[in-house]
Amino acid sequence: MRTVASGDRSGAAPLVSKPAPVADLLVRGAWACDPREGIDGPLDLLVRGGEIAQLGAPGSVEAPRGAEVLDGERRHLLPGFVDPHVHLRVPGDEHEEDLDSGTRAAAAGGFVAVIAMPNTKPPVDSAPILRSLREAAAREARVPVGFLAAITRGQHGSALTDMAELRETGALGFSDDGVPVQGAGILRRALQYQRLCGGVLALHEEDPNLSGDGVMHEGEVSALLGMAGIPAVSESTMVARDAALAGYEDGRVHMLHLSAAESVEAVAAAKAAGAKITAEVCPHHLTLTHEEVRSLDTRMKMNPPLRSEEDRRALVAALRDGAIDCIATDHAPHAPEEKEAPFEEAPMGTTGLETAFAVLHSELVRPGVLSLATLVERMTAGARVYGLPAPRLAVGEPANLCLADLDADWTVGESGYESRSENCCFAGRTLSGRILLTVAAGTIAYRERALALVP
Amino acid sequence: MKHLLSIEDLDRDDVERILDRAASFAEVSGREIKKVPALRGRTVVNLFYEASTRTSSSFDLAAKRLSADVENIRSTGSSVDKGESLKDTVQTLSAYDPAAIVIRSPRVGAADLVARWTPASVINAGDGKHEHPTQALLDVYTLRRRLGPLDGRRIWIVGDVMHSRVARSNVIAFTRMGARVTVAGPPTLLPRGVEALGCEVATTLDGLGEADVVYALRMQHERMSEAYVPSLREYIAHYQIDGRRLGPRQLLMHPGPVNRGVELSAEVIDSPQALIGEQVAAGVVVRMAVLFELLAGGGPSASARAKSSSVERAEPQPA
Repeated sequence: MRTVASGDRSGAAPLVSKPAPVADLLVRGAWACDPREGIDGPLDLLVRGGEIAQLGAPGSVEAPRGAEVLDGERRHLLPGFVDPHVHLRVPGDEHEEDLDSGTRAAAAGGFVAVIAMPNTKPPVDSAPILRSLREAAAREARVPVGFLAAITRGQHGSALTDMAELRETGALGFSDDGVPVQGAGILRRALQYQRLCGGVLALHEEDPNLSGDGVMHEGEVSALLGMAGIPAVSESTMVARDAALAGYEDGRVHMLHLSAAESVEAVAAAKAAGAKITAEVCPHHLTLTHEEVRSLDTRMKMNPPLRSEEDRRALVAALRDGAIDCIATDHAPHAPEEKEAPFEEAPMGTTGLETAFAVLHSELVRPGVLSLATLVERMTAGARVYGLPAPRLAVGEPANLCLADLDADWTVGESGYESRSENCCFAGRTLSGRILLTVAAGTIAYRERALALVP
Repeated sequence: MKHLLSIEDLDRDDVERILDRAASFAEVSGREIKKVPALRGRTVVNLFYEASTRTSSSFDLAAKRLSADVENIRSTGSSVDKGESLKDTVQTLSAYDPAAIVIRSPRVGAADLVARWTPASVINAGDGKHEHPTQALLDVYTLRRRLGPLDGRRIWIVGDVMHSRVARSNVIAFTRMGARVTVAGPPTLLPRGVEALGCEVATTLDGLGEADVVYALRMQHERMSEAYVPSLREYIAHYQIDGRRLGPRQLLMHPGPVNRGVELSAEVIDSPQALIGEQVAAGVVVRMAVLFELLAGGGPSASARAKSSSVERAEPQPA
């Protein structure tokens, strides 16, 4: 995916990773599933020089000299996933995650590309910071990383960053994620300026006046626990406002981590009205509710918060029917000493790269709520949000794929994490579906230890 | 029972056993020498991260009357001031091998965390706006002395329910003892979803006449500046318990400290219907009973009782 040009004014390659040897391998007889290619059946897949060289009926493809052969029997071969929303904590919080550990976690989860948010310390709000970050990624990243830059300087919400220069330096788009762009006026300016520089505006939707000191979803559980709540309308009113602004300016916006049923309705209405709007949803909002917070486990604290069962169902339905375009993990590592605090003091965020596919396979595909093909489509569609091609199992494409054992049960955290942080809201859960191998941009980015080679 | 973290940890039998023991301690408190040797040689640490007069002094007295050694630690002037984390503070104090840590914190769930980090018994003396189980116990104790069993009694809890841990614990405790509870206050100070506690909800005091007990909550002045209510005048006009609103048969309670002339008028505070002084007195004997329950081999927890019916009970002996 590294070599793809993104159009607009951006001169730099959209994604960056460290050089690695290209893969030569043959996967034999795996069940391949790629809805974009209309593939759903067993086949042999040959990767040569990092590209998909041949697809054929099981047993029909010969292994060339020097190619590694993998037994795909009872395993699934899928296009690699793309996560449009991760926090890699570089620069500034490398004790929580860095470009190596974060992309290792991504590869272990089957991701072949991730897009990093700019709310670092300092934030990515100038070209020199972005340039040095991309240089670091070119030394350390195991899977290609794309970067967003801040919409406003310091993410303070008052002055625009040098958006055009940032685009030329390689910013895929812009976001003040972590905090909302509170002023409608400054967001409108960004939407206008987008006509010059391009780049998606990715919006963290929250009205601080309504969120107040809230630390969890406002509802029965917050009432019982005596903790200040974040009402669903804190998100949905801002989604509606910004969808209206985007429609008025004909701008391109992407709604980050939707959590509330009302937000889904606002996005669907904007789409119906023809706005250029996309939306993402996180695995934890699709599978957990505010009931989890009763335990006061700080791993259940994230922003937006886990909401009600009705919200969860609305998000699942919207993901299924396409009102929500893609899945994003919002992978947010935090140090143990920060999370080992009373719930109200702990920082918001959960890790998610290593569990996303297994969680959604276990909780949505296995019970028949979502088809595997739809899950694969939604876990790869994040690329399209930022104008990148989605990974495909097609001859001539760079190899961006993963091999999964859908029947393998494992317990989250039982053998640690690839991520530097352990604040995973799914810790201790037994999931079915394990990633065995990830090939990203033609190189082997992850291999499960137990993955046997065919001699 | 190892800890008292939430009033939810106690079933009705637990509450009655603890309060019966509190009544026997009340008899001791009437004597000239008010001590019993139940906890001689054991240490109780009171760890208070929030200002408190009633709760901290009554835990201090309760432990001393059980002959325990008491260490009182407040956040100001300790290494908490220097940014020591709760975990490090608790682990440091645990090195002194206390039998119990009593914790008051402005944060929800602090007592649960302390219980995870120390081998000592932990008593929640208030965690944020969540719970205050010993307050609920002393309020039930006070009411039982006046009314006998609470079954079928109507209790109205009036005022700033949103910011009150007392309201939460007391709704649970009163309903567990058979009473029917209504919470009433300005709509801005009733948390969304509060009926999940198992109470009715009212935004006016029109129905207050049905109450056997009116339990007023403290109305903090900050709530006006935070625009929860427009003015003190409006609050008083609609929610103050005064001689006009309080019927002659109704009992009046308040967790203290009272804002005289705000949530309560002076006339009702000083009326014989007010149990406020009795609540404070109950604080010592109920906290003695809680310490005894946890540290001196009181009755088993509800869950343990379900497993085994043979129970040995230690009764307090006067010194």
